[in-house]
Amino acid sequence: MNQFFKTPQTTSQTAAPTRRQALGIGAALAGGALLIGCSPSTLGKIMAVGAKHDFGAFGPFIKVSPDGSVTVVSKHIEFGQGNHAGLAAIAAEEMDANWDTLKVVQAPANASAYANTGFGMQGTGGSSAISNSWPQLRAAGAAARAMFVQAAATTWNAPAGEITVQNGVVAHAKSGKQAHFGELLAAAAKVAPPQKPVLKDPKAFTLIGTDRVRRKDSAAKSTGTARFTQDVHLPRMLTAMVAHAPRFGAKVASFDAAAARQVPGVVDVFQIPTGVAVVADNTWAARKGRDAVVVKWDEAKAEAHGSDQLHAEWTALGAGKAPADSKLKWYPFGTRGEAASAASATPAVETTYDFPFLAHAAMEPMNCVAIVDGNSAKLIHGSQIPTLDQLNTAKIVGNLPGAIEIETLAAGGSFGRRANFQSDYVAECVHIAKHVSAQKGGKGRPVKLVWTREDDMSAGYFRPMVHHAVRVSVDKDGYPATWRHRIVAQSLQKGSPMGGGGLDASAVEGAKDSPYLKATPVVDAQAIHPDINVPVLWWRSVGATHTAFVMEHTIDQLARKAGKDPVDYRRALYAKAGANRHLAVLNLAAEKAGWGTPAPAGWTRGVAVHESFGSVVAQIAEVKLENGQPRVGRVVTAIDCGTAIAPDQIAAQMEGGTCYGLSAALFGKVTLKDGAVVERNFDAYRVLRHNEAPTVETYILPSGNPPSGVGEPGVPVIAPAVANALLAMGQLPTTSLPFAKT
Amino acid sequence: MTTTLDVNGKAVQVTAAPDTPLLWVLRDELGLTGSKFGCGIGQCGACTVLSDGQPIRSCSTPIAALAAAKITTIESLGGQHPLQVAWIKNDVPQCGYCQSGQLMSAAALLAKTPKPTDAEIDAAMSGNICRCGTYQRIHAAIREASGQPATAKV
Repeated sequence: MNQFFKTPQTTSQTAAPTRRQALGIGAALAGGALLIGCSPSTLGKIMAVGAKHDFGAFGPFIKVSPDGSVTVVSKHIEFGQGNHAGLAAIAAEEMDANWDTLKVVQAPANASAYANTGFGMQGTGGSSAISNSWPQLRAAGAAARAMFVQAAATTWNAPAGEITVQNGVVAHAKSGKQAHFGELLAAAAKVAPPQKPVLKDPKAFTLIGTDRVRRKDSAAKSTGTARFTQDVHLPRMLTAMVAHAPRFGAKVASFDAAAARQVPGVVDVFQIPTGVAVVADNTWAARKGRDAVVVKWDEAKAEAHGSDQLHAEWTALGAGKAPADSKLKWYPFGTRGEAASAASATPAVETTYDFPFLAHAAMEPMNCVAIVDGNSAKLIHGSQIPTLDQLNTAKIVGNLPGAIEIETLAAGGSFGRRANFQSDYVAECVHIAKHVSAQKGGKGRPVKLVWTREDDMSAGYFRPMVHHAVRVSVDKDGYPATWRHRIVAQSLQKGSPMGGGGLDASAVEGAKDSPYLKATPVVDAQAIHPDINVPVLWWRSVGATHTAFVMEHTIDQLARKAGKDPVDYRRALYAKAGANRHLAVLNLAAEKAGWGTPAPAGWTRGVAVHESFGSVVAQIAEVKLENGQPRVGRVVTAIDCGTAIAPDQIAAQMEGGTCYGLSAALFGKVTLKDGAVVERNFDAYRVLRHNEAPTVETYILPSGNPPSGVGEPGVPVIAPAVANALLAMGQLPTTSLPFAKT
Repeated sequence: MTTTLDVNGKAVQVTAAPDTPLLWVLRDELGLTGSKFGCGIGQCGACTVLSDGQPIRSCSTPIAALAAAKITTIESLGGQHPLQVAWIKNDVPQCGYCQSGQLMSAAALLAKTPKPTDAEIDAAMSGNICRCGTYQRIHAAIREASGQPATAKV
């Protein structure tokens, strides 16, 4: 399903689905009476119902104020990744707008005007915000600029070719006339937008790629004034909390609300599909009320597996045991040559790797505000896929998806969590608001659903538990001759409208398209997807969270077996595979890190390279052991992400991505005990802290290619870089994460 | 029943029950939403405010314990505090949700230790989680706000 989140221009990965496929997903998801039998094209029309917006003269993405300032409308949510800066810069560059006075606002939900061109519905994911908007916002900016030029030419009776635009000021040098956008606004708005606006030659860019492209939200986020869902307070608003089942798949059998109703401030207690909701006048009353509800759970169909049991089962499958469930199949993902020889050849490296469930653990626990009035509904929240939130809400209130209004706010992180086909916590909030709206005086009463950290962490939607079994034989020079690879991972497609059949491409991305497999003559690679009730989801960088580790750590083991330097060994394989971008970032990182020279005393270097979301990242990490645990110091990062729009934000994403990946590598682990989540808050689910954070240096490879992903590609490389440094210290290969074994 | 609190230099009467954590009084009753809810158990630091200059976790401190305390929140820093200037200059925030708490911990540090060493910054800031991983820039901004040259974090 992750191909759903792929960018259109990725160089060596699965192509993005067509618009038709993506809409088909949406149509299937919508299901129910409303949309049965809906063709994708009809879905588009239905989505548009109720979403009529007057976008103004310059279209859905650009607004100009009478004072001449420009506002760029972002169809993508900002939850940390800095996309609003980059998106605004693309439009501003082509428009020659004044960057300093430019503002960015969040688009409303509108599946036709604001669709992600990579997935055919409105949404942010797959590190695609910049890449899918690149042609769109360039055209929008260039068209607006042309309209102002034409307006000036007409007003001043001058040839359009002699008009210039700089920093939002339109000028005609010969006549000495000039005016800012605001002064020409009325005339420009009357100009017909050009059908094919002329784009700048990238060599003429003055904003894109410079350090002038800075975040627009730093002041609000440094003064406590940025508005998150948690901060929404509306007249008459109720705050809701929900008593959730301790195990996935359990249902409410019965509940006793007497004690909860005694809590001052509690307004109502009632059952919803996901548990028992308590609504109250304020958050603390809701919390006390929720904790006072006594629920008897029907656990007949509840998940009962423990992590140890799952680990044993995954390992047995990886070792060739026939699955107990006859419906489970092995799917090949890159088999080439005489597969039998991959099993029979004497291996140079034969090993298994295990990865635990991981929680996204965004700083802002999941939450949502919903207002239901009859069959109309408005949501206020950090909506990552507004189109899905519209579809899921529409099903609950009985309306057309396009009629559901969404005000998207900044969100306190997501890392994939806020995008799921069920809109889980959003739907929960809508159910509560619908119940409230049916009570006396409840019509249109806003409800804010607040999840505690424990609700957030035990709700699932984890990065799946994954097992790899790898067996590689080598040729006389020590390079891979046969590569046998088995991956055992739950499919992310389960519970999705696609029904979960077939190979889940997200489980094998990063292995399937690896240059190392390309450089290996015989490959026997297969994946299997066990079926359990634990909800799983994409987690920042998705398949690469495990495949990058397996490929890069295996390659380092092979290099050491062959007695070759790990950087040189990779260079040879990239040459064989024609992986020029991998080679270029590796060389850049090696040069900047001083590979081949002694590391600072006490530190040991490790290297890793991985491509994801169209970008290739190489990292060289300096690592030491403290009390038996790895500590990471300097991390030199080189990235090829095509045209760099906002270099400082690319660096920020490399810094943040490295911390996110390192946090999981060092400590990240969600354990199931008899089907219940053990780590439910930050006391048990340890994450990287200030004193443990590395210093990341970022170097961007110059490129004239279209921009590719930045938010995720920085995540998966650090874990194997650290494991490879441990190998260089003479430690044993790392066969499971996290590094901390407790 | 009401409790009187001293918040950002003003005496305020609040009606919340005495066992209510300060965070919910600030946010729900006083409309001071800069301090955030992250974990509810004092582990993440998103709710950090100062009590008589000491950083405390407002999510797990009942107001009954604060009747005599001078409470300061992010709203009191004013926007031109040297830390805020450095935060903005360095584009420290990503999602931004933890930053009020980070800033309050940093403000408490600088008030007591105007020129903190790297180790002192590490010690003062390790109670504040940032899931976006802005630690490196937080560190640099604290160095800058304290008039010290940038250093490698580790």
